[in-house]
Amino acid sequence: MSFELPKLDYAYDALEPQIDARTMEIHHTKHHAAYTSNLNAALEGTGYEGKKIEEVLANVDKLSIAVRNNGGGYYNHNLYWKVLTPGGSNEPKGELKDAIVRDFGSVNAFKEAFSKAAATRFGSGWAWLVKNNKGLVVGSTPNQDNPLMSVSEVKGVPILGIDVWEHAYYLNYQNRRPDYVEAFWKLINWDVVADYFHG
Amino acid sequence: MSFELPKLKYALDALEPYISKQTLEFHYGKHHQAYVNNLNNLAAGTEFENATLEEIVKKSSGGIFNNAAQVWNHTFYFDQFDKDGCKEPKDELKASIEKAFGSVDTFKEEFTKAAATLFGSGWAWLVQNAQGGLEIVQTSNAGNPLSDGKKPLMTCDVWEHAYYLDKQNARPKYIEDFWKILDWKVVAERM
Repeated sequence: MSFELPKLDYAYDALEPQIDARTMEIHHTKHHAAYTSNLNAALEGTGYEGKKIEEVLANVDKLSIAVRNNGGGYYNHNLYWKVLTPGGSNEPKGELKDAIVRDFGSVNAFKEAFSKAAATRFGSGWAWLVKNNKGLVVGSTPNQDNPLMSVSEVKGVPILGIDVWEHAYYLNYQNRRPDYVEAFWKLINWDVVADYFHG
Repeated sequence: MSFELPKLKYALDALEPYISKQTLEFHYGKHHQAYVNNLNNLAAGTEFENATLEEIVKKSSGGIFNNAAQVWNHTFYFDQFDKDGCKEPKDELKASIEKAFGSVDTFKEEFTKAAATLFGSGWAWLVQNAQGGLEIVQTSNAGNPLSDGKKPLMTCDVWEHAYYLDKQNARPKYIEDFWKILDWKVVAERM
């Protein structure tokens, strides 16, 4: 059994104007598809075929760099598509909101910390909201690394992530990464983030 | 003293159709300029305030390094292009390439592979090592071979901003076009 490129829950143009249809189509059918097929190829003969992606990521230090890069690329984009929804949905509430307020002071302070992590990640990478044994933390990882990986500086379960590879925003925003990050907040599906929070 | 964005030696549309005017407007006018501005802001009031760009690249780390190296790298990158330039290495450069890689074609294949496989943002380089021999190296993000005591001779920027407006995910197509605008005369002068 091998990993498959997931279908999106919405059309490519559904996230406009924040994310344009052309960016979405290339991001999904080219970038994400390549990570998926490269991951399957990299796992051949490793003994990890058929394992869950989370188990693969937890063991990337024992596997090839191709598994780390493409396994991360596969998982990270799955999460990214899931936490987005046309027009956004709700705001943090209930226990998720309580945890955000407890660990960041306020929802706005959390958003500022997350936006800063996204804006200042130099080169390609991701910014994350992560749940771990300390509570909720914001962090970022280079390239396609993520907090489930043994090699990651920030560790835990990612419950929200933003792709800050230039391919995620360049056709629409070019060098203006902060504008993309600002637009991202209008697309968050907080119900899905809450589901990941409750695990 | 502050750093300034060096002037391009050609018009923004001079590399069309291989690199579009729009790409250069952003790559030179926005990205390169932003690295210059950030460097000036970060260096002010530090030990690097009056240092040369090369000194900062060799001695600094963190944010100052990232911006200084990106200023250096982009200046070096833009300066090596001329659509009507010299299309093949000659003389001493050609001999050095053949000595290190067997043939010019083999070198091009290996350099293309280095540029295509650098994961994430970064640069592929042809460098001259301390013994005078040639090598291909890859650096991530702002990385520069001067940090390892190697002398850069040519470079290919594989940050997505270098090609995404023109080629999107097709980085190999961008590298293929890179060879069509590289001026080997500039590379030879750097030896």
